[in-house]
Amino acid sequence: MTTKTPSKLEKILRDGHLAVTSECGPPRGSNIDHIVKKGELIKDHVDAINITDNQTSMTRLCSLAACIRLKLMGLEPVLQMVTRDRNRIALQSDILGAASFDINNILCLSGDHQSFGDCSQGQNVHDIDSIQLIQAVRHMRDEGKFLGGDELEGKPEMFVGAAANPFADPFEIRVPRLAKKIAAGVEFIQTQCIYNLDKFEEWMKGVRERGLHEKCFILAGLTPMKSVGMAKYMQKRVPGMDVPEEVIKRLQGVEKGKQADEGIKMCIESIQRLKECEGVAGFHVMAIEWEEKVPEIVEAAGLYPRPNGN
Amino acid sequence: MIVADKKPIEEIIECLKDHKNILVLGCNECVTVCEAGGKKEVGVLASALRMNARKEGKEVKIDELTLERQCDREYLDEIRDSIDQYDAVVSLACGVGVQFTAEQYHDKPIYPGVNTTFLGATEERGVWTERCQACGQCILATTGGICPVARCAKRLFNGPCGGSTTGKCEINAEVDCAWQLIVDRLKALERLDDYEKLCPLKDWSTDRAGGPRKVVREDVKQ
Repeated sequence: MTTKTPSKLEKILRDGHLAVTSECGPPRGSNIDHIVKKGELIKDHVDAINITDNQTSMTRLCSLAACIRLKLMGLEPVLQMVTRDRNRIALQSDILGAASFDINNILCLSGDHQSFGDCSQGQNVHDIDSIQLIQAVRHMRDEGKFLGGDELEGKPEMFVGAAANPFADPFEIRVPRLAKKIAAGVEFIQTQCIYNLDKFEEWMKGVRERGLHEKCFILAGLTPMKSVGMAKYMQKRVPGMDVPEEVIKRLQGVEKGKQADEGIKMCIESIQRLKECEGVAGFHVMAIEWEEKVPEIVEAAGLYPRPNGN
Repeated sequence: MIVADKKPIEEIIECLKDHKNILVLGCNECVTVCEAGGKKEVGVLASALRMNARKEGKEVKIDELTLERQCDREYLDEIRDSIDQYDAVVSLACGVGVQFTAEQYHDKPIYPGVNTTFLGATEERGVWTERCQACGQCILATTGGICPVARCAKRLFNGPCGGSTTGKCEINAEVDCAWQLIVDRLKALERLDDYEKLCPLKDWSTDRAGGPRKVVREDVKQ
């Protein structure tokens, strides 16, 4: 199938392979060694690596710089970009900057509210929202124009993604919301971490009923649990996260030293089950500060070796 | 209405520490309704300031007055003859009233006695909530009469975000998710299909982004 951009991720998805992506959070300082190391650890087991954009509103080294670093290492970054901190001037400018380094994937997000982070007294921007950012990137890429209408000298050749949370409320608009993102021009989706597989499959059923799985590539998001404590924290404290009681009970059923192994096992089982779910085009494995486990998960889930994407 | 909240008394005392003749000036409009700056609150603040002066052994004269409005020159003129007896005024009006009073009485310090908070409504006595941010370009017709600019913490035009949980906002379980309210209302109006209409980029030039705003109405100008 022909691709619209030079993105390796796009090529792999359009060729019909189950894609595998992962993500890394940039460091809280200027020392970039950390991201280089994380990239090295997972590069042979994933097709692309998302770099988060000041996730949970904790100030970090910028996503763009970390993406450039990965690109210079020959890896395939996905630039996460939130509308919380930049107005439409800064967003367009950063998109062009990323494109100038041949960063060919972008994930359009609104971002966690700044009250969760280290600058809770700061102002937020939200000049445009995540859906409008999808439209903006597509406009720049496809029309070759700025939002203001002027011609671009060089279009950003970016494969355009967004997030979807099948577990947030109101549930009834979660499929329509995906339809809205597709209408805005989204080409791939990475979902919120899936622990409630039944509910995810119910959402996917609604997605298929409207044929939305044929209009964008849906990568199922998975995060292995490290411990019962992490599972409880995610259940109680992380907005929009659905961690069923069975997940907590299963982790509680093994001794403390083996909970992490059990979490990995559960993650692998989830991937195996979701491989059978029609419309799932790949997996987004977010092993938070646990990137060294990504190769093991990918191999055990039967997703290794990766296609070369050329 | 414009909703205001009381300022901490310590902050007001600090502003007034070098003044001997003070006028506490209330406003009979919005701040009276939200019980922050009307005649009653003028009396309470004036008494507190007198008590504080006595406690500190200072001789301070504190007068009380509440005008019909402080955002109207006609009413502000009522203090023209008496203003010279004061070396400071504490205005309990909103930020508009404080500034308008200062503009009329250019050489007189006018201190704010309240924090102006938002454009809102009375939920019940003692509880006020925000409804409007005066962005200058009303979109309520397309959002079921509920404003995402004022009521969504991320002012999403195509919400909700992934943090909406059981009808509440991710920032605080006390705050309603504006987009849950919008969806519920569109449903009640049998217009849920409208949810999928993409909301275009907003023109913020009518908002704060465009600089200080002005409305000129030739049809009513004299």
